[in-house]
Amino acid sequence: MSDEYVLELEHIRKEYPGVVALKDVTLQLKKGEILALIGENGAGKSTLIKCCSGAVVPTSGKIRVNGKEYDRMTPQLAAENGIAIIYQEFNNVAELSAAENLFLGRPIRKGITVDFKAMEREAQKAFDQLRIKINPKALMKDLTVGFQQMVEIAKAIQQDAKVLIMDEPSAPLTSNEVESMFRVVELLRSQGVSIIYISHRLEEIFRLSDRIEVIRDGEYIDTLITKEATVDELIHLMVGREMTQQYPAREPCIQNDKVVLECKGVYGNGDEDINLQIHAGEVLGLGGLVGAGRTELAEVLFGAKPKEAGQILLNGKEINPKSPREAIDLGIALVPEDRKRHGALLGSSIKHNIGMPIYERISTSGVINRKVEKDTAEQYRKDIQIKTPTLDQKVKNLSGGNQQKVILAKWLAANCQLIIFDEPTRGIDVGAKYEIYKLINDLVASGKSVLMISSEIEELMGMSDRILVLAEHRITGELQKTDFNADVFMTYASAIVDGQEN
Amino acid sequence: MKTLRKNAIWLVLIAEVIIFSIANPAFIKPTNIVAILRQVAFYGIASVGMTFPILIAGIDLSAGTVITLIGIVTAGLMANMHVPFVLAVIIGLIVSTGVGLLNGFMVSTVGIPAIIATFSSQTIFEGCAYLLSNGLPIPLARGTAFDFFGKWNFPGTIIPISAIIMAICFLVGGFILNRTYFGRYFYAIGGNEEAAELSGIRVNRMKYLIYALSGFFAGLAGIVVLSRTGSAQNTAGKGLEFDFITCVVLGGVSVNGGSGSMIGVVAGVLIIGSLTNGMILMNVSNYMQMVVKGIVLAVAVGFDCISKKRQAV
Repeated sequence: MSDEYVLELEHIRKEYPGVVALKDVTLQLKKGEILALIGENGAGKSTLIKCCSGAVVPTSGKIRVNGKEYDRMTPQLAAENGIAIIYQEFNNVAELSAAENLFLGRPIRKGITVDFKAMEREAQKAFDQLRIKINPKALMKDLTVGFQQMVEIAKAIQQDAKVLIMDEPSAPLTSNEVESMFRVVELLRSQGVSIIYISHRLEEIFRLSDRIEVIRDGEYIDTLITKEATVDELIHLMVGREMTQQYPAREPCIQNDKVVLECKGVYGNGDEDINLQIHAGEVLGLGGLVGAGRTELAEVLFGAKPKEAGQILLNGKEINPKSPREAIDLGIALVPEDRKRHGALLGSSIKHNIGMPIYERISTSGVINRKVEKDTAEQYRKDIQIKTPTLDQKVKNLSGGNQQKVILAKWLAANCQLIIFDEPTRGIDVGAKYEIYKLINDLVASGKSVLMISSEIEELMGMSDRILVLAEHRITGELQKTDFNADVFMTYASAIVDGQEN
Repeated sequence: MKTLRKNAIWLVLIAEVIIFSIANPAFIKPTNIVAILRQVAFYGIASVGMTFPILIAGIDLSAGTVITLIGIVTAGLMANMHVPFVLAVIIGLIVSTGVGLLNGFMVSTVGIPAIIATFSSQTIFEGCAYLLSNGLPIPLARGTAFDFFGKWNFPGTIIPISAIIMAICFLVGGFILNRTYFGRYFYAIGGNEEAAELSGIRVNRMKYLIYALSGFFAGLAGIVVLSRTGSAQNTAGKGLEFDFITCVVLGGVSVNGGSGSMIGVVAGVLIIGSLTNGMILMNVSNYMQMVVKGIVLAVAVGFDCISKKRQAV
């Protein structure tokens, strides 16, 4: 009964050098159904849909579309077979009209001129089919995000899409816009279009989908009939795994009477009403799904983005850092998520990287005390074991783990008391990870405080004294070390329960 | 291989000297060498200034105009208002540093791309110079102490004072880049502005400093030019910024920012200086000289960009 399915992915495997993104994933999409695809951050959802669009070539596996078998898709093949993807980032040109965007790259022509009338007529037809009211002449930039998304969907439909893949379509929308998007999606289903719907919002999935496929760590886990599934079951399928990594043991060293940083109703950079306390000697984990607002909070605390309302207190005194420089001088440091873009100065030497935040402190009328500069770098090279033949080595030539150590060394040199780690072990191999964990332990043992953002639940539970969970730019829950539980964590992260009432 | 690439610029200079010496033995005579030094002195001084904006992947197109402007201002103060020359020079340098600060304001606080910001100030101050001078040259009295900057030699030698000023400027520039924290910051900003800001560098403030330095050194070069010519001309600095940019880029300062050294710029200046002089000795026409210099600029930047591309792969 193979022709029951419009799209089948069989045993898809995708390897990148050193990483297996997809181990073995199978997916079957029936005609006229909405199949929800769920999984944690990094489970492989995006890679999987890119295999359908041809953006990613699978290492092995089969893709079958309408019974025809392929080893791989190409963007052309995907288009010919009516597969369209609505990405989170829209692919539109703000200064062109809705109709022009709909025909972007394939305008209707009359001789050598563009036939705007025909394009507008066709666009109107596509909008009518979706029962949405958009003036084809309206400029894209004047449309709301919801309508921009509709133009993307209309573009797919106009190209006769039979399979529509939507990647977190509700993420940028307001609740009203989400309602109209649902309406359109359901309408499309009734018109025989098959839809793969990716979302981390479980309520939406229960409301919209016919079946739910769960993947985890690049592997197929299970497919459930939505009507028979429960929230608990889904969460357990998404996260249910044994702790596979070892974390270095740490003597409890929290000084509960000493609050280092406190946020009272902080708004800014998209985050809303953030309340939290970090104590001396504490590792506070900050969890949540991608886009929940974790990095955004770190940027506000570090002065890289402005705070809009609320109070930030450091050692009981109100602070309002307006630049990273001010934050650093107050003793707050950030080890950013994107090490190569934001963290290290790749073209500069190790010595210069470590000295960067303290140069003004170790200079007399602008002239650097080069002995202090060298001694400082030498000290941290020994203390945290940066593996390098010379401190003049450029940072771009170091391994990921060593780069991370250099970034940490510069904050230690600056004598910061609160260090914010954003995804501290992303892209770092297992051995170096363990070393980074030990360094974090050393930091808190010496009385410093750590705020650790991570997308890996294991890492959060393995390292934190306490975990705060963000969802939709708000804190939705808090877990104490004694009751760390991945299922509860995911419940908070999916924002199903309002954690503030607990 | 690496040392070869690092020192390639010096090999180019040596090859150039050999070729010109064979073509015309007068090229290598001490009097001609001194003439070259006198000619390149202001190139060198202004190139020191130009090094800073290019090091952060910026540019200063107003450098030539600053040379014109400081000439008009300083000459006007001395010839028409009888201001003592030391004071006139100081006021001139303040004005040119001020032009740099304005560039810094436009580039950092306002956020105008450097190429447009400095192009607009180039036009503005070219106009200002004409307005101040009514479009007429301002001749200076002959034989005054102001001749020190452009005409005098170091007592008892044939070494021009202007060449010594250039050498001091290179030393100061090298000191700024290597020994002061500003220098470290410039490299960091040129390498990665975002990461620099997140390392605690106040990038905007540094940009003010960078363009102010560029304006200051261009002003100093303008003083040397004025002293040498003995008369302020409205076209004194026209188009010179391109020569300075050529010297700096030829000297190995990456237009993509973040790498380069003052010693390289010294080589760049000497190459352009001896190229110009050699071509004059060989009776190459002015127009042909322009063609050659343009090609040199494209080739220098081309090498830089190709080596960047290779690294990326």
